[in-house]
Amino acid sequence: MKNWIIVGATSAIAESVCRLWATRGYKLFLVARNEGKLQQIAQDLKVRGAAQVDTFSMDANAFELHGQCFETAQKSMGKVDGIFIAHGTLPDQKACETSFNVARAEIETNALSVISLCTIAANHFEQQRQGDIAVISSVAGDRGRQSNYVYGAAKGMVSVFLQGLRNRLAKSGVHVLTIKPGFVDTPMTASIDKGGPLWASADQVAAGIVKSVDKKCNVVYLPWFWWIIMNIIRHIPEFIFKKMKL
Amino acid sequence: MTKPYVSWGRYPYKEQRGMDLQWRTDVLPQEPNVLPQGNARSYGDSCMNQGGLVASTRFLRRFMQFDPATGLLQCESGVQLADIINLVEPQGWFLAATPGTKFATVGGCIANDVHGKNHHLEGTFGRHVTRFELVRTDGTRMICSPTENTGYFNATIGGLGLTGLIVWAELQLKRVPNSAINLETIKYKDLATFFELSAESEHTHEYTAAWIDCLASQEKLGRGHFLRGNHAKVTQPRVAAGKLKLSMPIDPPLSLVNSLSLRAFNTLYYNRQMQERSYATVHYDPFFYPLDFVQDWNRMYGPKGFLQYQCVVPNETSYDATREMLQRIAAANSGSFLVVLKVFGDVPSPGLLSFPRPGATLALDFPYQGNKTLHLFDQLDDVVVQAGGAIYPAKDAHMKADHFKLFYPNLETFTQYKDPGISSSFWRRVMEANA
Ligand SMILES: Cc1cc2nc3c(=O)[nH]c(=O)nc-3n(C[C@H](O)[C@H](O)[C@H](O)COP(=O)(O)OP(=O)(O)OC[C@H]3O[C@@H](n4cnc5c(N)ncnc54)[C@H](O)[C@@H]3O)c2cc1C
Ligand SMILES: NC(=O)c1ccc[n+]([C@@H]2O[C@H](COP(=O)([O-])OP(=O)(O)OC[C@H]3O[C@@H](n4cnc5c(N)ncnc54)[C@H](OP(=O)(O)O)[C@@H]3O)[C@@H](O)[C@H]2O)c1
Repeated sequence: MKNWIIVGATSAIAESVCRLWATRGYKLFLVARNEGKLQQIAQDLKVRGAAQVDTFSMDANAFELHGQCFETAQKSMGKVDGIFIAHGTLPDQKACETSFNVARAEIETNALSVISLCTIAANHFEQQRQGDIAVISSVAGDRGRQSNYVYGAAKGMVSVFLQGLRNRLAKSGVHVLTIKPGFVDTPMTASIDKGGPLWASADQVAAGIVKSVDKKCNVVYLPWFWWIIMNIIRHIPEFIFKKMKL
Repeated sequence: MTKPYVSWGRYPYKEQRGMDLQWRTDVLPQEPNVLPQGNARSYGDSCMNQGGLVASTRFLRRFMQFDPATGLLQCESGVQLADIINLVEPQGWFLAATPGTKFATVGGCIANDVHGKNHHLEGTFGRHVTRFELVRTDGTRMICSPTENTGYFNATIGGLGLTGLIVWAELQLKRVPNSAINLETIKYKDLATFFELSAESEHTHEYTAAWIDCLASQEKLGRGHFLRGNHAKVTQPRVAAGKLKLSMPIDPPLSLVNSLSLRAFNTLYYNRQMQERSYATVHYDPFFYPLDFVQDWNRMYGPKGFLQYQCVVPNETSYDATREMLQRIAAANSGSFLVVLKVFGDVPSPGLLSFPRPGATLALDFPYQGNKTLHLFDQLDDVVVQAGGAIYPAKDAHMKADHFKLFYPNLETFTQYKDPGISSSFWRRVMEANA
């Protein structure tokens, strides 16, 4: 049995992950900003077999609550074995271009709040000499593209931060997993026309996440073929790339 | 992943605008023409709403309560049957009635009042629904049960999604000693033998159905394999599920189902069993859900899609009518891998527009071959009408408006409960075509 904190528990991908963990009888501490939604999810996870489900309402951008959130989790579950961070927003790129305030807000949600939460968890796990930190970044963080480079920059910041954190914590037995999904059919992508082989379901991605946590992977592309796609994209010379419509 | 919001038969293949409901508190979108949709496992256009919007429950997939002592389960309407089985089967429970796919949702199973291989004993899915919450496009919410808002309860079971959105439902599950099935397969020689076997098994076997070699003709007409089974005993060992899963990852440019592959398949399948009778204890998965084994198998019919024809003909006329239909199909040299024949029982359903009724039901798939297919369907319709039978809307993409009214005599009562903000491609086709 394991005890996990899930931040952004109302995300479709996080909810699918929680369902898999619930059937294993884990204790789950769900964090999200909407209590009504959290209750609906908690009820489901209990039916599916979670040993204990607690909820904590918090906006990820309420940085001052992050410490309290972690402490509450520790009190209610006894011990924290892992933190899974899944919250995020898909910004309106055009709005980010016209207003720096919009861009900053997006970077706070998608990067700074993650870094704050990871910092608290890392210090705790380092002392405990055990723990898992699993964070959803994105393939979008692998290279900046005109269509969503503010989101990409935030996710890129998360990926690089986790790289360093992994390096720092390796000797303490703390494990850091960077998750890079491609296109996932979730409410976040509701406005995009879906269908075709590149789109994965939240369940598929969740199964990949659970497996990667179990296997203590470092960086995982989900589904796996995104590793190939992103390798190609990353290797296109900049002088060609800058003229491409991506 | 295949395109969301498009029906299983992919005929008529129409782009479909959709949105997703995610929370029980969500309201239906404020649009003039909406239709609830489950996992789009219906074949034809009853889960489609061309020109309008579908409101999908695919993310409304949470359990609410399960009591392992009583077998009462409460869940959101987008929960799939597979989710339920995974939860309750290890605790000694099973669905009281199940269709041939476990990827259907609870909402979809109620709205089509689906049936399974045990219809002769347990009746339809709707008979095991104890209550549900219905939300209408005007925002009204109500709990419906056999004792509360009974009119809406009866109209919504088999109501094709037209009375409102089922948000969640409560089901009575069935306790089973063992989820595995003691299965007897009988290779039988003609249609008369099918009806004899059905009559003989009615009280001895919980599950019955037959697969028919649809290309056999003359004295062999109606030959096939009769499957009958009961749940295994508590003392029998549990059967492990098969691991192999196949999928159809691409869209072939043409249908892989043609008269050549059909003849080969049907002949081989009929003869795969040498002896007349065979016995086995099988896992519930291949028994109830043989087709779910190949993911996205609907794609093998190619870009034109396919249609299913499922009808029921009353007992008095069932032998002659089934014979006539099989003859017409064999003569047309079309037909499919999977032709299923089953005798329904007389357990009544609360549903006003419920399809199952006493008699024999025949179901088969056809690759869409334009007028050839539609012409055959017209010929089959004539037989069904003559026999006093009915066609199943869940599988339908061609039923005539006047036939629909003939097959569903409670239609007028039903329309009183219909939500004026909801419509479907099917509904417009059968209600407005001749208007
Ligand atoms: C391989 C296969 C085998 C099958 N075998 C059988 C069988 O043996 N017996 C049988 O009866 N059927 C069978 N079917 C048909 C299938 O069970 C039904 O079409 C079922 O209704 C599909 O459920 P769905 O969730 O995909 O619903 P959809 O196809 O998405 O929708 C079906 C109908 O339900 C309505 N609906 C869906 N959700 C809601 C909701 N929440 N509130 C209100 N209305 C809603 C829709 O408007 C539509 O009218 C089979 C289908 C397949 C693909
Ligand atoms: N979908 C994709 O194609 C895709 C691809 C790559 C990476 N990702 C990443 O995967 C993760 C999960 O996304 P998803 O696809 O599952 O989408 P989703 O269902 O829309 O989930 C996003 C979640 O983030 C939460 N959230 C947003 N801002 C928040 C804030 N300030 N405080 C707290 N919670 C906040 C939302 O909570 P509310 O319910 O309260 O709004 C929502 O539950 C995200 O990090 C996303 O960037 C997604």
